[in-house]
Amino acid sequence: MSLNVEHHSVRALPSEKPIRLLDNAGHAVRSAASGGFELPDLDTLLELYRRMVVARRFDVQVTALTKQGRLATYPSAYGQEACEIGAISAIEARDWFFPTYRDSIALLTRGIEPADILLSFRGDWHNGYDQYAHRCASQTTPLATQALHAVGLAHAARLRQDPIVTMTYLGDGATSEGDAHEAFNFAAVWQTPTVFLVQNNQFAISVPLARQTHAATLADKAVGYGMPGYHVDGNDVAAIYAVTRAAVDRARSGGGPTLIEGLTYRIEAHTNSDDPTRYRQARDVEHWKRRDPIERLEKYLVSEGALSEAARTEIADAAEAVAAHTRDVMTTEADLDPLELFDHVYERPRASLLEQRARLEAELADAATQAGHRNHAGAAR
Amino acid sequence: MTATTTRLDAPAASAPTQLTMAGALNAALRDAMAADDRVVVYGEDVGPLGGVFRVTDGLQAQFGEDRIWDSPLAESGIIGTAVGMAMYGMRPVVEMQFDAFSYPAFEQMVSHVAKMRNRTKGRMTLPMVVRIPCAGAIGGVEHHSDSSEAYWTSTPGLTVVMPSNPADAYSMLREAIDSNDPVVFMEPKSRYWSKAALALPVITAPMDRAVVVREGTDVTLLAYGPTVRTALEAADAAEAEGLSIEVVDLRSLSPFDDETVGASVRKTSRAAVIHEAAQFGGYGAEVAARVTERNFHHLAAPVMRITGFDIPYPSPKLEEHYLPTPDRVLAALDTWEWDD
Repeated sequence: MSLNVEHHSVRALPSEKPIRLLDNAGHAVRSAASGGFELPDLDTLLELYRRMVVARRFDVQVTALTKQGRLATYPSAYGQEACEIGAISAIEARDWFFPTYRDSIALLTRGIEPADILLSFRGDWHNGYDQYAHRCASQTTPLATQALHAVGLAHAARLRQDPIVTMTYLGDGATSEGDAHEAFNFAAVWQTPTVFLVQNNQFAISVPLARQTHAATLADKAVGYGMPGYHVDGNDVAAIYAVTRAAVDRARSGGGPTLIEGLTYRIEAHTNSDDPTRYRQARDVEHWKRRDPIERLEKYLVSEGALSEAARTEIADAAEAVAAHTRDVMTTEADLDPLELFDHVYERPRASLLEQRARLEAELADAATQAGHRNHAGAAR
Repeated sequence: MTATTTRLDAPAASAPTQLTMAGALNAALRDAMAADDRVVVYGEDVGPLGGVFRVTDGLQAQFGEDRIWDSPLAESGIIGTAVGMAMYGMRPVVEMQFDAFSYPAFEQMVSHVAKMRNRTKGRMTLPMVVRIPCAGAIGGVEHHSDSSEAYWTSTPGLTVVMPSNPADAYSMLREAIDSNDPVVFMEPKSRYWSKAALALPVITAPMDRAVVVREGTDVTLLAYGPTVRTALEAADAAEAEGLSIEVVDLRSLSPFDDETVGASVRKTSRAAVIHEAAQFGGYGAEVAARVTERNFHHLAAPVMRITGFDIPYPSPKLEEHYLPTPDRVLAALDTWEWDD
């Protein structure tokens, strides 16, 4: 294998009208708007439905726990379930995922324990799950930086002839970052097996898309890097799954990276500390609530006779169980050891860190002694 | 200069040959790539050109494009992709070409390279080396002579080293590549062409230790990279005037070898730190502070900083006035009160 890849650059612009396989009324789209992609089979769609329902229930539960003060912050993905769940469902266990802070529900779908996902938002440590066990990098806050990690890991795997794919999510705001450009370009030049999903939820905290880009669509950017780009209805999980699945297959067979834009909407605030009434109209939110990705798929499944009342109840119960489990694990406090702060900075302990550790240890011992005296005095009274 | 021994696990050393520091670095990369196929090298112009300082000369011809290649011209991209490659288990050694061109990668360095072990509780580590040709005195035009070490040393999680001679260049680069933690490997450009007779593979002192490179009794000069030579020349000149100067080559900027430095300072009772970088908030401020904190009762005078001025690095025809020279070092030592 050589890094000098013989390939033809892609020059076709993505369609300005988003690719859609299910319309908002839950009808299958058979026109050119499908972009030539096939509607996934009913079993696949039913599984995607289940995952989205569970994910939303989890998301709503975590937002509630955050309002109760159980978490320091939580960036909700309410309304973005088609992107979040559709794309992560298109990769396999051997593939790697590089998420951002908003992608907790994709991690849930990946099989990661709620307590491990939320450990960082609770404030116990910066990251709580095993990256290698789940092949999921840590959730990344500095925008677009993780996209380069996805490209680097994909390139390393390709050098080892390991047929894995890397997938990363970005937001619309992140496409303005230099690292997004560098990641798209490195991926295209090296032809790495990488799928970029831009979740265009139309706001970067308060700043609307029109202030991020002058391009007709974010998918248009792909053309400049010589890779395929797709502008997809991001509230249509059938389309997101079909397009990402095709991109994953192409990447795995040596066809290089793909940039996919899912056009969606952030229904909730950016985080619990945000106030969306300062920058957007309630009627816009209502407009997008009427384009709900779960309701859309549900209508289709019901019309096809693929979602019985019993199945719907069973799925709702499963979602409720995940929410109850999440409440349970998030209402118990973890036992944190302040001295662990010094354990994971360098492989070999440094003398100066050990000195600082000893000072903190002495402070903790003093504090414990004084607390003991106070308790003793209190008991005596 | 530094004591040298042979690597225990290595084949018998070759007969000594004259090598420049650039040549020693080249040999270290070659030997590391031969020893471990996880070691990959990339950056700007490192392929057919062999790097702008020829440190990677001939490596692509020997190892092929899957082991060493030219990346797109984007420093954040180089560091960010190296993070991903290291996550996978490779040992990338990437080049930043010049200090001032590493700044686009600052976010990747500070937010990811430095923190990955910590944020993942040691589950994910990044065995990668970032080579940065550093400092000035090469007649470089704007942006080619910065000293960026303090940006890196003030970031917990990074190991920062700077060799001053060909033997250390070889030995420390091999050790940096073998390290399971990320290492910022700073190469003083003005020393690339300095020569020494080396029998490879050569092992010098461990990468995290300072070394006394000249013994003395009256003053300790703490130097690293390009200023080690400055300190040695100052010591030679002072000897004629009856002043005995000990020179310590710090080698490792982070961690700092308090033990070796403290032993020297307690012996001489006077210390000065020399670097090219500007003074205010520079690396010398940390050196002066910690040497004072730990050795105050052994000091006969305040720890002095002999550094570049607090100005942007000058243009080539004016840089001689900026750089600390042996004369400036000796003049600075004269300002101490010596009569007590």
